Amino acid sequence: MTNKQTSLFRRKLHERTIKYFFFACAATSIVVLFFIAIFLFHEGVGVFRVVEITDFLSGRRWAPARVQPILGILPMLLGSLFVTVGAMIVAVPLGLSAAVYIAEIAPPKIKNPIKSAIELLAGIPSVVYGFIGLVFLVPWLQETFNLPTGFTALTGSLLLGVMAVPIIASISEDAIYAVPRDFREASYALGATKWQTITRAVLPASISGISAAIILGGMSRVIGETMTVLMVTGNAPIIPDSICSFLRPVRTMTASVALEMGEAAKGGIHYSALFAIGLVLFTITFLLNLIADFILHRYKEAQKR
Amino acid sequence: MSATMLTVKELNFYYSKTQVLRDVNIEIPGNEVTAIIGPSGCGKSSFLKALNRLYEIIPGARVTGEIIYNGGNLLSRDVDVVGLRKEIGMVFQRPNPFPKSIYANVAYGPRLHGVKRKELDRIVEESLRKAGLWDEVKDKLNKSGLDLSGGEQQRLCIARCLAVEPKIILMDEPCSALDPIATAKIEDLIYNLKQDYTVIIVTHNMQQAARVSDKTAVFLTGGKMVEYGETVKIFENPENKIVEDYITGKFG
Ligand SMILES: Nc1ncnc2c1ncn2[C@@H]1O[C@H](COP(=O)(O)OP(=O)(O)OP(=O)(O)O)[C@@H](O)[C@H]1O
Ligand SMILES: [Mg+2]
Repeated sequence: MTNKQTSLFRRKLHERTIKYFFFACAATSIVVLFFIAIFLFHEGVGVFRVVEITDFLSGRRWAPARVQPILGILPMLLGSLFVTVGAMIVAVPLGLSAAVYIAEIAPPKIKNPIKSAIELLAGIPSVVYGFIGLVFLVPWLQETFNLPTGFTALTGSLLLGVMAVPIIASISEDAIYAVPRDFREASYALGATKWQTITRAVLPASISGISAAIILGGMSRVIGETMTVLMVTGNAPIIPDSICSFLRPVRTMTASVALEMGEAAKGGIHYSALFAIGLVLFTITFLLNLIADFILHRYKEAQKR
Repeated sequence: MSATMLTVKELNFYYSKTQVLRDVNIEIPGNEVTAIIGPSGCGKSSFLKALNRLYEIIPGARVTGEIIYNGGNLLSRDVDVVGLRKEIGMVFQRPNPFPKSIYANVAYGPRLHGVKRKELDRIVEESLRKAGLWDEVKDKLNKSGLDLSGGEQQRLCIARCLAVEPKIILMDEPCSALDPIATAKIEDLIYNLKQDYTVIIVTHNMQQAARVSDKTAVFLTGGKMVEYGETVKIFENPENKIVEDYITGKFG
């Protein structure tokens, strides 16, 4: 081979190596995901020999440690739902306002400090949130609402809501930032005020990205969060059935798994039931991701035209 | 000879420290088409942005001088910018319909200004008619404005601008992203618009300026306006040697 050919060959080899390296990295995550799904399924499916899947999901009682275990996860399913919805009610307005402020309103000088502060908020470990909740929020709620206990769904919602703010804010900000300047100019040129431009031109144009932020950054994170809820929601498997349930203890699916994993005998029905809960969580998160993907995809298509 | 619509006096324009317009003086007549031509970067777009104060949304941009409109200086602090931009509309270089329906695009302005629902249908139809787009879109008003072709999008933007009933329409190279047929349609449209509106159009296309405008202002690099007058005169017998060179394509 001539010199030239050698160097060409080398370069190609080099490029290939890089390509395969990245492929391997990407492939690893898919393989890991696949194995997690298989593992969850393998360990959890046993429970469905004892209980129908519909009974499992809609059963109102959870007594897994009895000789004749009763395996209904409705209390936890609803518990997770309540805490998540509550958290979203807190996080969406806060996160979205923060995003609008950073992207559209904040003067350049204070924009970056605020962004950093919000990113810092995302870096606080969840156990710290739990701790703060335990020390301040729990007693405060108990006193304010005159409750038997301050360990409630609301406590969890408030903390998880604050925890979800940074991620919702930063993804929404990206979505708002991606709105072409043309739309803003057009709006102002028609005599719109800044506020009108934000609410009528900018936000509608970024609604898909914002929805994805709420679903991905907010809901799927919050529903999977464990430590904080474990610490502040009281963990009683009571079915939440009305708005008042926010002021009572609840138990989420994640808290159940974390609490009971230690006491469930490996390979037993209880053990299997906990994996089945994991499977339910996995499915929910998976569906939320699919929805977010779908929305984002349609959004990209719309932007192309 | 039509009455003067805008009188620009000693207009200077800055982006932070950089000055892009220098002592521009110009009287723009009503119900005529005034073309602004000049090499890239000489400040034509900036000039338009001064007229509707759209420069205010650009951080660091500022102007000095006066622009007399309706007997007052529209650059003065106490002018209501919302009201001003209603009267001085703008069409941009790149068609920029909102990602909304055709109807919602045209209705955007009137809705901002509190026009009643009952009125909207009429305004939308009228504006689309004036923009020569009604027949093409009347059956698909609920389709997205982004589904239209480039030329149709630009006419939609013109309709959107007309819907707020402006007196002056600023156009910044409205045809530069369009093919010759779409361009011809817009030029016809501009010709018709001058019955009811005053049009100020920036263009890079000399033939276009010659075809559509009554008056032409030539800006040159450095942000100075070097010659202004009847289009015919500018193109056939410019006073300034540089202008002649520019128009005949010797530079620019
Ligand atoms: N937002 C901005 N910030 C800083 N400088 C700017 C900004 N916009 C334009 N400029 C500069 O101001 C000068 C005039 O710009 P302007 O867009 O008004 O020129 P133009 O005549 O419209 O050019 P073109 O024919 O290319 O559209 C240019 O040198 C440009 O680089
Ligand atoms: Mg320009």
